[in-house]
Amino acid sequence: MPEAYVYDAVRTPRGRGKPDGSLHEVSSLGLAVTALKAIKERNHLDGAEIDDVVLGCVDPVGEAGGDIARAAAIAAGLGTETPGVQINRFCASGLDSVNFAAAQIMSGQHELAIGGGVESMSRVGIGASGGAWPVDPTIAIPSYFMPQGVSADLIATKYGFTRDDVDAYAVQSQQRAARAWEEGRFKRSIVPVKDVNGLTILDRDEHMRPSTDMQSLASLKPSFAFFAEQGGFDAVAIQAHPEVEKINYVHHAGNSSGIVDGAAAVLIGSKEAGERIGAKPRARIRAFANIGSEPALMLTGPIDVTKKLLARARMALSDIDLIEVNEAFAAVVLRFMQAFDLDSEKVNVNGGAIAMGHPLGATGAMLLGSAVDELERSGKSTALVTLCIGAGMGTATIIERV
Amino acid sequence: MNLVNFRFETGADGVALLTWDMPGRSMNVITYEVMDELEQVIDKVASDAAIKGCVIASGKSAFSGGADLSMLQQSAAQYAKARAERGEDVANKEFFEGSRRLSLLYRKLETCGKAFAIAINGVCLGGAFELALACHHRVLADNEKTKVGLPEIKVGLFPGAGGTQRVARLLQTADALQFLFRGEQLKAKQAVGAGLAHELAPAEEMVDRARAWIVNGGSAKAPWDVPGFKNPSGRVFSPGGMMVWPAANAIYRRETYDNYPAAKAILHAVYEGLQLPMDLGLRVESRWFAHILRSKEAAAMIRSLFLSKNELEKGAHRPHDIPPTNLKKVGILGAGFMGAGVAYVSALNGLQVVLIDRDQDSADKGKAVCDKLISGQVSKGRASAADKEALLSRIEATPDYARLKGCDLIVEAVFEDRAVKAEATKKAQEVVGPDVVFASNTSTLPITSLAETSLRPDNFIGIHFFSPVEKMLLVEIILGKKTGDLALATALDFVRVIKKTPIVVNDSRGFYANRCVLNYVREGHIMLLEGVPPAMIENTARMAGMPVGPLSLNDEIALDLAWKILVAAKKDLGEKAADPAQERVLSFMVEKEGRFGRKNGKGFYDYPAGGKKTLWPGLAQLAKEPLDPDALDVEELKQRFLVVQAVEAARTLAEHVVTDPREADVGSILGFGFAPFTGGTLSYIDGMGAKKFVALCDALAQKHGPRFEPPQLLREMAEKNQTFYGRFAKQAKAA
Repeated sequence: MPEAYVYDAVRTPRGRGKPDGSLHEVSSLGLAVTALKAIKERNHLDGAEIDDVVLGCVDPVGEAGGDIARAAAIAAGLGTETPGVQINRFCASGLDSVNFAAAQIMSGQHELAIGGGVESMSRVGIGASGGAWPVDPTIAIPSYFMPQGVSADLIATKYGFTRDDVDAYAVQSQQRAARAWEEGRFKRSIVPVKDVNGLTILDRDEHMRPSTDMQSLASLKPSFAFFAEQGGFDAVAIQAHPEVEKINYVHHAGNSSGIVDGAAAVLIGSKEAGERIGAKPRARIRAFANIGSEPALMLTGPIDVTKKLLARARMALSDIDLIEVNEAFAAVVLRFMQAFDLDSEKVNVNGGAIAMGHPLGATGAMLLGSAVDELERSGKSTALVTLCIGAGMGTATIIERV
Repeated sequence: MNLVNFRFETGADGVALLTWDMPGRSMNVITYEVMDELEQVIDKVASDAAIKGCVIASGKSAFSGGADLSMLQQSAAQYAKARAERGEDVANKEFFEGSRRLSLLYRKLETCGKAFAIAINGVCLGGAFELALACHHRVLADNEKTKVGLPEIKVGLFPGAGGTQRVARLLQTADALQFLFRGEQLKAKQAVGAGLAHELAPAEEMVDRARAWIVNGGSAKAPWDVPGFKNPSGRVFSPGGMMVWPAANAIYRRETYDNYPAAKAILHAVYEGLQLPMDLGLRVESRWFAHILRSKEAAAMIRSLFLSKNELEKGAHRPHDIPPTNLKKVGILGAGFMGAGVAYVSALNGLQVVLIDRDQDSADKGKAVCDKLISGQVSKGRASAADKEALLSRIEATPDYARLKGCDLIVEAVFEDRAVKAEATKKAQEVVGPDVVFASNTSTLPITSLAETSLRPDNFIGIHFFSPVEKMLLVEIILGKKTGDLALATALDFVRVIKKTPIVVNDSRGFYANRCVLNYVREGHIMLLEGVPPAMIENTARMAGMPVGPLSLNDEIALDLAWKILVAAKKDLGEKAADPAQERVLSFMVEKEGRFGRKNGKGFYDYPAGGKKTLWPGLAQLAKEPLDPDALDVEELKQRFLVVQAVEAARTLAEHVVTDPREADVGSILGFGFAPFTGGTLSYIDGMGAKKFVALCDALAQKHGPRFEPPQLLREMAEKNQTFYGRFAKQAKAA
């Protein structure tokens, strides 16, 4: 079986996902094109070498609809011969795109592919694509549908994380992200978003609040209590986990992932393809996996999928030097560390989505890029990237620096 | 046309008047015959060029109660027969077509090209209101008695003749779902205000108004048949829809614990139907209706909550040869909480009441309770100041036993102590003599032994009320060994006057209801000792279908009372009478911790002043070892709660405490809220099948102890593949 290597990884900075965010004026297509163009230019590609462009997008409607990957491939100048496909596995779409691209290489059917993702949450809006899951009784009822924030609060309640625990984690995320930016740890991956004149629109993650401390977080009200109680979701949570007497609402805007705009792309190819384009492999995709997990808790999939993946890869968690677990909510990461009895030394060392934001369809590819950068910076060998997913799923990938 | 149930006449203005007036019935109901005739009428109106339109009205004082539920229940039996004879596919198809006949008929009326208007006076419910919804114009009589609604959900059904589709096209989706879920009746004004009807008119003018609407060119097209129609809440897949549907699904689960398929079918029918044109929406509604009509929940709920309940209320067990007792005046001994409650419901229903207690103050306190209850009704607009005055004037509070003179029935509700009861009985009988029926409201003492303190044990009976009397619908009538027919007939007549549902049981410690309930509470105690997290005990009990968790219930009853009963039982019947697990829990709570329940603000729960109750963290001390909730089988916990009650109910039947399965079922739902979707304790077993139930009991007994062991009766039924309703049908019929 051919090996799949990571040759390059780029991402846009993450703009605040609101009308006052810097990237609000940039379309979904514009964001995706920025990432793809960077891959083309940095690797001196003609475009026709690319067998496929796989882009994740969670709300692929309106300007992001109708296979944005093909549109972005042409608009980025990869040429009319480069196809594109858009996929959706909710929050892990960006990582699944990388895995799909890697699978094409590993199967020997493709030589060179791009995996990535895009989400303009400020322009399209979370939930804009609808879907049966929360709405159709056929699935909403048996799957214990509830908003993800309520699931996150359920996780905190069930596994005993207090408001202080989740806030402390959020403060750490902010501090780590600030340090990473100060030390230029994202330098290699960040591609500024520019206008038609070449003027920079955004070159830095703008969601971060490095000065965040326990006190400033303490003033924030829980975000999900009202909706949970009015909408009946607290009862749904309790019926799914009846040992819970009442939900402890601990999550708020400061310890949940930020709503942001952004895109990312990862260039993946076989050894031969890399040689042909004159690129040096940076990491090898060692293994990846997907899983469905308990849908009411919804966000504990990273634990299940990590177990599955380690078993498949015949590895132990101690073989992993670096872990990126998407910071959808603080309790997701805390539960992941609790389940594996991990301390935070090798988990999300450069911060995560709480500080920098979570552009849904792109985040997975961003995390993978960050892991490659960090392995190189720290001289370590293996990294695990994993994300929790709506409706109770998990995706994970293990990479190895080469 | 050959009409029996309707009168049909066409006026000079070309408007026909169809008067629904079924012979030999006080209320119009929808039957096959009614459907046949309605079909003829629609054809006639549609085809006769001289007829401009049709007004539908009722010849009765009410419009109609809807479909004949026994017809619906029989259709399930017909299905079973068809399935056996012609196979599942054919049976399913026939059943689907048959069960949507009313829906198609109404749609035919709606689209026949002629305008239909309806004039409604009095109640118009269920299938009758669905008829109204299919009419193009609805006029409601502007009076208190006119009420419309779709109460099908209360017997495990849902509106299957277009109700879900039309309501969802008339109201905002959230309002429509609420209206359908709750099955509430709306007063005429509310219905017009909500948009479910078009106009209010004085009863004597409503037919003319309906007629005028047709004469003035009222459209024969429903709004949804006009091109360009938009649902009131817009599209399902829209930001507005996203605000409604996720919450609707969650609230369904919150309210039903996913135990009521009919409620879920409403969600399905509305969700799917709103995305379709009317005819397809109706078809989808019909698919769900056929599915629900065949469900065991609907069958069980129709039987217990409608048919059996009505039969018991009409006096299924009343001795036939005793003439009506015609009660006018009752004497109530003891003006405590229970006595006052009995006085209240008696006076509320027109009886004269003599309320006795040991001194004037105590008696007055009891009357004050009645005052408070009726004042609450007045402030809610459910009674008038005059009602209140009349009610209170019917209650005489006094310490003077001599005032009992002339009472037709004495109800004793004094302290649960043999000596106190004997004394009250004696004093009362000195005044009224031995021939007046004497009823004791004891909940713990055997009636047979209490009867011995009476001058005439054959005139002595138990009437066991549940607390709070004004809310609880069930009354247990307990026959002592010597209780005679007059006492029984009098007690049943009394219960009928005060509009409660009676069950008649033979004397046994705990009678029927409490035996089951105490088993339920004890199961909660045992789980606590096992180490099941307390919240999980409470939540799984509610998920099983019980209205309150066992620990909550115990807190309401009072733990010290439960403890006293346990100690008394030990004293009376010996060491073995007390369950050691229960003894441990209660002695810890009551003796060691001084936690008596809600009454002293601390029981299994803490009751902070003004705050919500929360489980007492100290309960952890009772656990043998804390169990991992994820390793516990939620289904098994739920089953334990229901099985431990159902198996006790089966024992009461085996021991002839209860003699009629209808009473066990109705009593369990009305008396202690046993999972209504099952149809009650014995229907739960029948629904599962005796064989399966016995196997489940045996498995639970092996794992958790002999309290789950089934009585011999059940083993025999399992062997013979019998149901309670099959085996005991004779008793039920003979009664």
